[in-house]
Amino acid sequence: MSVSNKPIIWSLFAAGGTVTALLTPVLILIFALAVPFGLLDAETFSYTRLHLMLECPLIRLVVFGVLFLSLWHSAHRLRITLHDFGIRADGLAVFLFYGVAAIATVLLGIALI
Amino acid sequence: MKLANGNYVRPTARFSWWLSKKNYFSYMMRELSSLFIGIFSLIMVWGLYQFSQGEAAYNAWSNNLWSNLTVLSVLSFCFAVYHSFTWFVVTPKAMPLKFAGKRIPGSIIIAAHMLLWMGATIFVWVAFVYGGEL
Repeated sequence: MSVSNKPIIWSLFAAGGTVTALLTPVLILIFALAVPFGLLDAETFSYTRLHLMLECPLIRLVVFGVLFLSLWHSAHRLRITLHDFGIRADGLAVFLFYGVAAIATVLLGIALI
Repeated sequence: MKLANGNYVRPTARFSWWLSKKNYFSYMMRELSSLFIGIFSLIMVWGLYQFSQGEAAYNAWSNNLWSNLTVLSVLSFCFAVYHSFTWFVVTPKAMPLKFAGKRIPGSIIIAAHMLLWMGATIFVWVAFVYGGEL
C-alpha cells in the first residue's frame, strides 16, 4: 500500500472544523459584538488587561493554535467552494487562499513571539 | 447532451446550480460560512499584530472593529453559528462511534457535541471576562 499524506491533511481539516465550530461563534461574540452591543465594557479589552493575559505562554500557544487551525480550515474550504461556484481555477485558488493563510500564519507568529 | 462515446449527460448550470434546489442552497450557504470565518480569523490575526505594535495601534484596531465593522461582525456571527450547528449535526456520519460492539445512536453523538459546544462557549466567555480576577 502506498503511503499517503491524506490522513494528516484530513485530520488537520477535521480538527480545524471542530475547533472552528466550537469556538468561532463565542470568539466573534466576545471580540466583535460584545462592546458594540453593550454586553461588555470596553475596559475588559484594555491593552493592559490583554497584555497581562498574553504574558502567559500557554494562552499564547492556545491563541496561535486556534487561529492557525481556523485560518487553514477556511482557506481549504474556500478553495473547494470556489470550484463549487463554477470557478475552475484550482491553481489560482491554491495560490490565493493558501498564500493568504501562510502570510497570516507568519504575521501571527511574529505577533505572538 | 450527447457525448462522443454515445452516452448522454444532463447539462448542469455551472454557475447557478446551487440556486435550483433548497438543499443545494443550504449547502452553499454552509460553505460560504468559511469566507466569513476566514475574514474574522484575519481580523483577529491583524488585531494581535497591531497589539504587538503597541497600545495606540491596538486601540485603533479595536475602535475600527467596534464602530465600522458591526454589520460584518453580525453577519459573521450568524454564519459561524450556522456552520457550528451543521458541523455537529453531521458528526455521526463523519465519525460513527461504537461502544461495546454496538453503534452509538446518532442523536446521542449530536447531543453530546451540542453540549460540548455550549460548555466551550460558556467556558471561554467566563475565562475571558473573569480571567484576571481569579
